[in-house]
Amino acid sequence: MKFSENWLRTWVNPEIKTDELISTLTMAGLEVDGFENIGAELEGILVGLIEKTEQHPEADKLQVCSVNVGADENLQIICGAPNAREGLKVAVATIGCVLPGDFKIKKAKLRGVHSFGMLCSGKELQISDEHDGIMELAESAVIGEQLIDYLGMKDTAIDVDLTPNRGDCLGIKGIATEVGVLTQTPVTQVEVKPAEVTIDDKVEVNLTAPEANPRFVARVIKNVNINAETPEWMKARLLASDIRSIDAVVDVTNYVMLELGHPMHAFDLNNLNGAIEVRFAREGEKLTLLDDQEIELRTDTLVVADDEKNLSLAGIMGGKYTGINPDTKDLLLEAAHWDPVYIAGKARSYGLHTDASHRFERGVDYNLSAETIERATELLLEIVGGQAGPLVDEINQAHFPESRSVKLRRARIERLLGIKLEDEQIEDILTRLGMGLTSNEEGWLVEIPSRRFDISIEADLIEELVRIYGYNKVPSRKPVSEMSMIRQPENRLQRLQLTHALADRGYQEAITYTFVDKDSQQLIDPEVEPLALLNPISSELGVMRTSLWPGLLKSVEYNQKRQHDQVRLFETGLKFVPGEDGLVQTPVIAGVISGRRCAENWEAANEKVDFYDLKGDLEAIFKLTAASEQFTFVAAQRDGLHPGQTAEILRNGRNCGFIGKLHPQTQKEFDLDEAAYVFELDLKRVLARKIPDFSPLSKFPAIRRDLAILIKESVTSTQIVDLIGQTAKSWLNNIVIFDIYRGKGIEPGYKSVAIGFTLQRSDRTFKEAEINKTMERIISVLSDKLGAVLRE
Amino acid sequence: MSNMIDELLNRGLEAVSNASDLQQLEQVKVEFLGKKGELTQQLKSLGKLAPEERPVVGAAINKVKKTIQAELDSQKTKFEQAKIEAQLGSESIDVTLAGRRSEMGGIHPVNRTLERIINYFVQIGFGVEEGPEVEDDYHNFEALNIPGHHPARAMHDTFYFGNGDLLRTHTSPVQIRTMEKTAPPVRIIAPGRVYRCDSDLTHTPMFHQVEALLVDKTTSFADLKGVLDEFLKHFFENDNLAVRFRPSYFPFTEPSAEVDIECVMCSGKGCRVCSHTGWLEILGSGMVHPNVLESAGIDSEEYTGYAFGMGVERMTMLRYGVNDLRLFFENDLRFLKQFN
Repeated sequence: MKFSENWLRTWVNPEIKTDELISTLTMAGLEVDGFENIGAELEGILVGLIEKTEQHPEADKLQVCSVNVGADENLQIICGAPNAREGLKVAVATIGCVLPGDFKIKKAKLRGVHSFGMLCSGKELQISDEHDGIMELAESAVIGEQLIDYLGMKDTAIDVDLTPNRGDCLGIKGIATEVGVLTQTPVTQVEVKPAEVTIDDKVEVNLTAPEANPRFVARVIKNVNINAETPEWMKARLLASDIRSIDAVVDVTNYVMLELGHPMHAFDLNNLNGAIEVRFAREGEKLTLLDDQEIELRTDTLVVADDEKNLSLAGIMGGKYTGINPDTKDLLLEAAHWDPVYIAGKARSYGLHTDASHRFERGVDYNLSAETIERATELLLEIVGGQAGPLVDEINQAHFPESRSVKLRRARIERLLGIKLEDEQIEDILTRLGMGLTSNEEGWLVEIPSRRFDISIEADLIEELVRIYGYNKVPSRKPVSEMSMIRQPENRLQRLQLTHALADRGYQEAITYTFVDKDSQQLIDPEVEPLALLNPISSELGVMRTSLWPGLLKSVEYNQKRQHDQVRLFETGLKFVPGEDGLVQTPVIAGVISGRRCAENWEAANEKVDFYDLKGDLEAIFKLTAASEQFTFVAAQRDGLHPGQTAEILRNGRNCGFIGKLHPQTQKEFDLDEAAYVFELDLKRVLARKIPDFSPLSKFPAIRRDLAILIKESVTSTQIVDLIGQTAKSWLNNIVIFDIYRGKGIEPGYKSVAIGFTLQRSDRTFKEAEINKTMERIISVLSDKLGAVLRE
Repeated sequence: MSNMIDELLNRGLEAVSNASDLQQLEQVKVEFLGKKGELTQQLKSLGKLAPEERPVVGAAINKVKKTIQAELDSQKTKFEQAKIEAQLGSESIDVTLAGRRSEMGGIHPVNRTLERIINYFVQIGFGVEEGPEVEDDYHNFEALNIPGHHPARAMHDTFYFGNGDLLRTHTSPVQIRTMEKTAPPVRIIAPGRVYRCDSDLTHTPMFHQVEALLVDKTTSFADLKGVLDEFLKHFFENDNLAVRFRPSYFPFTEPSAEVDIECVMCSGKGCRVCSHTGWLEILGSGMVHPNVLESAGIDSEEYTGYAFGMGVERMTMLRYGVNDLRLFFENDLRFLKQFN
């Protein structure tokens, strides 16, 4: 709600300056979003008197004027306006002034004669359309006074960003009431007298949807002059609220809405047929609105109709057909009560938002409808003339809102606020807010004014009390509460341990959008139909991700385009996978590496990362669980990944994620310069941790033996290690593959694998014979089961 | 005899001094002091002397032996030292060269801020709760006292899905989900991603909030003020930070308060960041609306609660002086690495 400060001050005029008024409103919950000094652009335009005029020696149409602007010397100003004459008081733009349109007044020379300023027309100053000559000011104008002060146009437009509960402040009346309470200043209500009824014309009103529309006030006014000019003061007040002047009738309806906060509407009576009926729209009904667009109405929408057709979208916008137009002669005024429940969301559902719908959605004082019509009548008769008919005030008592009373208990105030307010203080605040009080044992029964739709329970009243008392006067109490420890299960890793471990290994945490474009999503999960947003920002953010890879890969691309040759990123977050039992939202941790293995360095080779760099990082992460043996990597195929460099990661045999090299085709689709390696892990399955279980340290020496075997390429290292593990059983303390060799001396399709074992007994020292026997058994099992040949 | 011994001493000392390295020194040692060395031979021949001469000659030989040994030891130490010196000299390196693999990554600034916020509240007994991001209308709106026709819905530009579900517009649904499964007292903090259908210079369609809820038998507005005042002073590490509470409106709290802090960029003097007001709007808060408690099955006569929520990006921007919201989701390494 943007409004003129001058207007407000005609209602309530506290002895505080604009900035204090603004902060008072803000601190009471009517947050001032901004303000605008009206008339600031006319700064420097002075009232002057033309004391003498002379014909310009070189130009017929120019006069050389000597103008008194209250300075020591008169200004010589050349003027071409025919009405410039001696003794006239005029608006003088002095040197240095900047007129609207960024027109700077400078010292000038016109056909050899100097000119020190400009005499202005109304149009040049953009305060009227007058351009036939210069502005003629009243005799009484004070020479040297700022024009803006003379015009009384100096004003501030204050923009209050009202919260949706404060519909009562969407009018000067409401804001004035609030300011009156806050500054303890009396409020002067605008006096509305019932209009003198001079004709009998009226329109019958039928409320056929009384649950939504229990009151409809109407009046006929005949023989108005639609061409009458809206008074300047009214235009100025409308303009301060960003409402442009249309014609006097429409201007008055807008003005009354701004003044009282109650929207109203004027129909062209002569386009109306028969009685008014307020009803829900019928199937297939259409309406052309004032803004020329035709809408198809739904049956949940209220309309004002006559015997033949609908006339307006109730509480939202009028229809074109019965709109005020240059030929309008007779009017029907409407001010109705629309229940917010029936109006809320309707405008938006038709793509509309109007000053009326904005107010009715929030609730408009239903006791103000008749006053609204009377006020409009008064202004119309004054401005456009005509004769008023009787007021038709149709009320459905059964559905008309009842007055509300809310219980307020002393004890509850203290309980909720943590402070004790004195009874007098409470009564004073509520009374000034216009509430009726009846005291009782526990506190009061409070009658709520009909304009306050936001107050329906005790807590609402307590908020009013503390709002006026001052939030900042309530003391701060340091946090006090029962001490209770928070569970910290040792058998779960914290997510932070994982993210910090990755960060410590050189990964940068990223946060990417949870919605991605469907195409890149389907490069990764072509089989999954991702969950699509109905109203995405753009198609690039159109579907919920089924994997974190698309977002991360886009970030890799972004950075590679910016010459980063080493990228390691990870992210945690939800992925959204639609399934048979509905959507599954799974927390995952995912990452990607691409480019150099090490940052460029004086020594490091220019090697690129590969699968084992990423795998090593994951294995390190798994070590945090103290149960890395539960994790296995099994060669797998996955969309978007390289068929020969992809593994499914299992924990205790259950899938917990994937790791792999991006398929070259996918890499190309994501426009990456370098190969990229990705992983994604189900967070919940990774976080389980083993609590340490002590085993005694062996006092006996450990024996190391090495073995080199020749084995088929297809045999995996896991197969070898597992088999040795099963064979050596508990004696095997450690096993490591320390070399893999292919090439010269090795038959193609085979590899040489060098394995180191550490054997140890916990009960005694190994005997040489025992060790040899164990080694022989291992060799023979490797040979039998995996076709390994011992290399000598 | 004594001449011979003197001559032996001189020869021995000369040999020692002529030795040019450890190896030659060792040879000298063998030659004179070894099992078959000259001095050893001399000692062995003592028996051939008259008994009265033996002690005198023996002592003289031993003295020579000790003298040569001492000289040998001293030379040996010298050679060893020289060898170490030579080695050290050859091993000098440029200590100013960069070390190997010094790379460290880092946590995203938004999560860094979240971690800090969470820590403050965990310290005073708040538990951390999370919830789904694809939410139903009930938990995001209805249960929070925002029925279908409520104008506040227009303030939340909501992303919807075909089945009526939506992307949560705030972390407040976690309040409801927590109260549904936990009997009071409830003391939680709920961090996470939230979504609004809005994208421009100062809005991203996804951002982060952190929400706190405390429901207990004596909770009051004064407690809410206390906890926020304390938290904000800690977060910005400024004990004199001015904090003010302004009446506002949220459907799920009553009374509701907007909380402003003195602008951390200009210390309240007025600057571009605070639109020359000296104040920054930093979070929304209030006493939990009785309807919200009731819809989660909590008796609002017996229990009261407070709740507050803040935008994590905004807190991060103010803490570190970041001036462009969109940087948080571009994941430019030049940006991210500034927070390592």
